[in-house]
Amino acid sequence: MSEIDSLITRAKAASDKSGLSISTVSRKLFNDGKAIARLEAGGQCTLKTLETARARLAELEAGEFSAAGTAPASPIPAANDEAPSLTPSAMTHLDRLEAESIHIMREVAAEAENPVMLYSVGKDSAVMLHLAMKAFYPSTPPFPVMHIDTTWKFREMIKFRDETAAKLGLDLIVHINREGVEQGVGPFTHGSQLHTDIMKTQALKQALDKYKFDAAFGGARRDEEKSRAKERVFSFRSREHRWDPKNQRPELWNIYNTRIATGESIRVFPLSNWTELDIWQYIYRENIPIVPLYFAAERPVVERDGALIMVDDDRMPLDGATPKQEMVRFRTLGCYPLTGAVRSNATTLPEIIQEMLLATTSERQGRVIDHDQAASMEKKKQEGYF
Amino acid sequence: MSVATLKPSDDVIEYLAAHEKKSMLRFITCGSVDDGKSTLIGRLLYDSKLLYDDQISALESDTKKHGTQGEKIDFALLVDGLAAEREQGITIDVAYRFFSTEKRKFIVADTPGHEQYTRNMATGASTADVAVILVDARRGVLTQTRRHSYIVSLLGIRHIVVAINKMDLVDYSESTFDKIEADYRVFAKDLGFETITCIPMSALEGVNITKQSSETPWYQGSALLPYLETIKVRGALAEKPFRLPVQWVNRPNLDFRGFSGTVASGTIRPGDEIVVLPSAKRSIVKSIVTHDGELTEAHPDMAVTLTLEDEIDISRGDVICAGKAPAEQTDQFAAHLLWMNEEALYPGRQYLLKTANRMIPATVTELKHKINVNTLEHMSGKTLELNEVGFCNFNLAQPIAFDCYKDNRRTGAFILIDRRTNATIGAGMIDFSLRRAKNVHWQDLDVNKNARSSAKHQKPCVLWFTGLSGSGKSTVANLVEKRLHDMGRHTYTLDGDNVRHGLNKDLGFTDADRVENIRRVGEAARLMADAGLIVLVSFISPFQSERRMARELLEDGEFIEVYISTPLEVCEQRDVKGLYARARRGEIKNFTGIDSDYEAPENAEIDLNTAEVSAEVAANRIVEYLESKGYLEG
Repeated sequence: MSEIDSLITRAKAASDKSGLSISTVSRKLFNDGKAIARLEAGGQCTLKTLETARARLAELEAGEFSAAGTAPASPIPAANDEAPSLTPSAMTHLDRLEAESIHIMREVAAEAENPVMLYSVGKDSAVMLHLAMKAFYPSTPPFPVMHIDTTWKFREMIKFRDETAAKLGLDLIVHINREGVEQGVGPFTHGSQLHTDIMKTQALKQALDKYKFDAAFGGARRDEEKSRAKERVFSFRSREHRWDPKNQRPELWNIYNTRIATGESIRVFPLSNWTELDIWQYIYRENIPIVPLYFAAERPVVERDGALIMVDDDRMPLDGATPKQEMVRFRTLGCYPLTGAVRSNATTLPEIIQEMLLATTSERQGRVIDHDQAASMEKKKQEGYF
Repeated sequence: MSVATLKPSDDVIEYLAAHEKKSMLRFITCGSVDDGKSTLIGRLLYDSKLLYDDQISALESDTKKHGTQGEKIDFALLVDGLAAEREQGITIDVAYRFFSTEKRKFIVADTPGHEQYTRNMATGASTADVAVILVDARRGVLTQTRRHSYIVSLLGIRHIVVAINKMDLVDYSESTFDKIEADYRVFAKDLGFETITCIPMSALEGVNITKQSSETPWYQGSALLPYLETIKVRGALAEKPFRLPVQWVNRPNLDFRGFSGTVASGTIRPGDEIVVLPSAKRSIVKSIVTHDGELTEAHPDMAVTLTLEDEIDISRGDVICAGKAPAEQTDQFAAHLLWMNEEALYPGRQYLLKTANRMIPATVTELKHKINVNTLEHMSGKTLELNEVGFCNFNLAQPIAFDCYKDNRRTGAFILIDRRTNATIGAGMIDFSLRRAKNVHWQDLDVNKNARSSAKHQKPCVLWFTGLSGSGKSTVANLVEKRLHDMGRHTYTLDGDNVRHGLNKDLGFTDADRVENIRRVGEAARLMADAGLIVLVSFISPFQSERRMARELLEDGEFIEVYISTPLEVCEQRDVKGLYARARRGEIKNFTGIDSDYEAPENAEIDLNTAEVSAEVAANRIVEYLESKGYLEG
């Protein structure tokens, strides 16, 4: 066992014994709440840092931490225990974005009757979920998490979804449009537009009606697409789930008007002011787990209309083509037949971020649905697409 | 290190570490269609290398379709979002844009400049730290420049950049620039800005955007982007007393009770004394809990959870304040109000007022004056129309904790919500508490309502007859009063026509006057109910919100809404007073049912249609209702 491993083991034992979270212990040892998590993920530190941490850990084990059974919430002595990144002058753009998102989530939890978080399993959803865990800590988020499963998602997404829900103790709802399944709707047989409409848009409406959710969090960002740049954080939907872009409520300060009539609902976008780079940078800073499909690996792909499509199961008609094993990864995740891969060797987060910084094609380009018609996103949203 | 120079071999981890420490600045751009505002933002995005190849190629194809710049890329097309706007060539909403440099991430609120979009500009300004006001160098300081400056100052922005744009069209003339700067400073001296920075610019040519340009060698100041990267805007809120509006009570189990919210101002540490408003209970902060561990300090804009040493009752809507400097509390205050709704503001009508964490019914009791947003002159008026700003007195159903907006943008702001449509209809900035609220208390009299009504062997109530003119309200009310009188009950009828000859003879028939008419009648009815009487009110009272206001003046169960639902055709056919005929001929304006709306009650206690039942039967039903509900006992 390496020195780092043994330190991690001891730190975890101290955490269990005292009831303090690992990040609190981490901050006490390294002045950095994420240090232990980084080390655990294979990160390194200097010998000097390690020595300091070890000395502090010994102190803690001998002192306050050994008093098992004391109330964990008692204030920790603050000597030398600064939180440098959280002083006002140093509140970074990520800190501010995080605080804004948490504020929005708490507002919905306090005012909506029956909120839900839509979880697409993608990287934005991962960030949104992480923020929800923070917003209500030490409580778990006071709402269920719902995935609209089109039955054409990558298998790895489904696996990741179920593992995440189990690990975080979430109340996960999976909704599938059963009528669509019975009619055999799929992207190969019905085309991307019809498939997305029935298995995603209609399915979402079904689910919202079925559970009578009056507020639904979504991970959309304003930087994704022009019509989203003007959508409010709290976006209202009629009883028919329609969006009226000409009749949006003004949003001033951080005061949100959440009132709706019976049957109407709100889509809430806590990540409105985040950009793609912010999302990646935050995933990196906070060590947020994401679906492995974002990282490059050898995957079987075929080329369709200029896009690299991964053959994720045998429902894909190959028409004589032979899938090639290529190093690819995905910049966005959706239904596998509609999601283009990019050739890449990026297998770590910094490499992905580097690739993103050098990229010359914007994010949604990989999605087949947005190209179907001009101004398509605005039209889709009016019809109830999230 | 910028994105463009980053080579795959460079250490991206170093880049990430540098960018993790960036701060954030929000700013708003104000200008009219022709000032080149969208061009400026497009230029900032372009020059900070935030456009991807596919966006640029889409831009080039859009330029061919709708562009106004010939062969040059039309940056404005990049930021005009909604399809309708692209076609009309104007920006009609608030769009938020993002870009970042090595030093800062920027959120830009791009708002339209026309007077009819004042509300959109106010929305963008409410969260901005800096305003960039565009001036066309050929035209100088115009009415719209004044309007934009006033609105951003009203919303509390203290740092202004006057971007004197299109300098290329005046040959980069120093004297032109100097004159505009001098004009602006004279005009803006009373608007309370801390800094005013004038920059000569050409957004189209990229002059003085990212760096000082050789086109303006006489200009020694900073270019726009370096200015935005270095301006210090925060810190003021940290100096103010601590405030935490409680958003959510965090109660995972019986052993933990935390109060979650975003710090509005000040700093808090474990061990600090706090006071909770409105209860005025005191305690000591035990810990500042976050998912990343407990903090030793919390500052403005941080979303935290506090635990306290004592178990005191705190709920959403309360404000946790510094023990030594609590916020003021009041149920009456004066505030500047920006009206954002198509339907005008009516003093006396009840709205919902929402602060950072609390919602309560409120009315404007007096519109002191309106402010002409173009000239800043004060004007008198009875109502506020869309996009107008007024200085008003407010009366709230319950006291709130607040600070003056100029001291604290977070605890001095509120929005108004329409109770019927749920629309956000006003944005308010509190100026000061009206001291009256602290001094006037209700006299607690020994002979009270119970004593007076039990002497009359009845429970007081108000039978509120509403319905169209000619529906039979007065006829039925008259019969009911006769029956009750015969039964030995004590009654009084307030009739619409009669009250207008006396108490309300100063009022006309505009919507504003109708609201005031009903308010007075509601108050009169309340006094009579307090005297122990059964009061019959016979008024068209066409608006739901005023009937609700009257209902809320009374105690639960005292207000009985009687909807005489006789249809318009029948009323018009009857036309007892010949009024419908005159309204149809256009001789009477604002006649309910003809050119003024009647909003039918949704949950009236009693609903009677005199086209289906006779007035006698209707009256009997009402008396039966009173008997069955126990109003005639006591």
